[in-house]
Amino acid sequence: MTVRPQNRSETELAGHGYTPSELMIAAASREIGDGELVFVGMRLPMLAFLVARRTHAPSAVGLFENGIVRETPSAELLYTMGDPPNLRGATQCGQMIDVMGFLQQGRVQVGFLGAAEIDRFGNLNTTWGHRDREAQRLPGSGGACDIACLARRTVVLLAHERSRLCERVSHITSPGYGSGNGWRRLQGLPADSGPSAIITTLGVLRFGPDGEAYLASVHPGISVEEVLANTGWTLRVADDLLETIPPSEEELAVMRELDPNHFWTR
Amino acid sequence: MKPESKLMTMRDAIARHVPSGSMVLLGAQLEQMIPFAAGHEMIRQGRRDLTLLGPISDILFDQMIGAGCVSRVMAAWVGNVSAGVGYCFRRAVEHNIPRRIEVVDYSNLTLALALHAGAMGVPFMPTYSTLGSDLLKKNGNLREFPSPVNEEKLIAVRALRPDVAIVHVQRADAQGNAHIWGSLGVAVDGLRAARKVIVIAEEIVDASVISSDPNRTLVPGFLVAAVVHEPWGAHPSPVQGCYGRDHKFFSEYHEETRSLEGFENWLTDWVARPAGRPEYMNRLGASRVEALGIKEHALTAAADFGY
Repeated sequence: MTVRPQNRSETELAGHGYTPSELMIAAASREIGDGELVFVGMRLPMLAFLVARRTHAPSAVGLFENGIVRETPSAELLYTMGDPPNLRGATQCGQMIDVMGFLQQGRVQVGFLGAAEIDRFGNLNTTWGHRDREAQRLPGSGGACDIACLARRTVVLLAHERSRLCERVSHITSPGYGSGNGWRRLQGLPADSGPSAIITTLGVLRFGPDGEAYLASVHPGISVEEVLANTGWTLRVADDLLETIPPSEEELAVMRELDPNHFWTR
Repeated sequence: MKPESKLMTMRDAIARHVPSGSMVLLGAQLEQMIPFAAGHEMIRQGRRDLTLLGPISDILFDQMIGAGCVSRVMAAWVGNVSAGVGYCFRRAVEHNIPRRIEVVDYSNLTLALALHAGAMGVPFMPTYSTLGSDLLKKNGNLREFPSPVNEEKLIAVRALRPDVAIVHVQRADAQGNAHIWGSLGVAVDGLRAARKVIVIAEEIVDASVISSDPNRTLVPGFLVAAVVHEPWGAHPSPVQGCYGRDHKFFSEYHEETRSLEGFENWLTDWVARPAGRPEYMNRLGASRVEALGIKEHALTAAADFGY
């Protein structure tokens, strides 16, 4: 399998002038269309939303689970969505059911999620982890299950490790395409909903009509073999496999303005 | 005749209104205005077998679980929002330390709808959320049913009526009429669903201040059993217009409570030894308190209620 341009080593990736997190943020920002309503979340997706607003999606609107509707970046870096800088200058401070109502109405085009584990059909687990054969209790759903059930498109960001991208999650905290084609409809989940992309530290996975994830692009300097070796199932690769477009100067400038000390983008 | 004041000390409010075995709603405003001082008083008074109810609570649930006050948690997320997992929660679930707890996993929306149903006085609220998830399989308060008006499947989220909801607010009068601004989360439904409400206020004001801006009154006093004046009672969580979030406190808690011994030391220093919030604030220290204070005020535009 050849990827254009040719494979490069990880040290060269570091020499590209951006970090893996910055590449993930740029890729995530491109999942947001102009004018869309976005369930933002924290960390990398927050920065992705702000990059999108400042570049190709100036009229995207951000929603937060605590009830906040926000259109502009906060004046300070946020650690949680309830930090005072995220409320000052917000468009609205409403209730959780207000913003979750928009989600259930189908008005929210894209929601971002992180995960401890994701499987080949995009099902997410944030309830139980595993280390050294021992089960570890994780914090749980938060709003993730709601977003995975109800957002028109769900975009998941996580580190690409074999143990985290697994054949079958041990616990479905947040449903993806279940066991494949037609499963969501059978469960009663809304039509036109479900995962649309998994953005990892190595590449971007998308979903076929059968509900199974495939490799759609690899990040610069990453080989397909490396992606396959770090995926816990036999990952299909797109015939027209692309190289992920690196962050532009403009995108990097926005990220570094918002997170000058690289708190989220190390 | 002037109505009787509901003002009392934190000690009295918890002693009178939160007996062991209660179902207590805490952290209804998510990461903001978490009633830590009230939780610490429950720990000091040795409450047992509490059911904690709330969407996330940040580290307050973790502390109360670690202190042995809790037999059941009904929540969407239990951990440390800016630092990661909650070690006391993990020790309790994985190793029954300090005791076994039951965990009833919700999502944020299903928890909000349980309280909405409680607030509306109906047995359930419908939703599509959790269809196909393992939350639905394991939480008996989520039940699938056929829609009576079309061909769809829905989830009935059973109503919850907490015995007591504890809300932290910016200002309240002596009858418990209270203004809240900032992050609302599930507070409005949560305190209506509750059988009793305890209001913890940064400031006690005259009733005329509350009625000057009735759209901001999210707690009508007739629901309220007790009003506690407890400045900084939400630290380390933030209160809009009063103080910021003490991020460092959350990361220190994360590091210091990794081991059981570490947690026990933490609990002694921050909960058992201080008799109340003033002593706790002394331990925190003047420079840290100063650093968390408001650096730049941002008053809202005045609204004219005249006619």
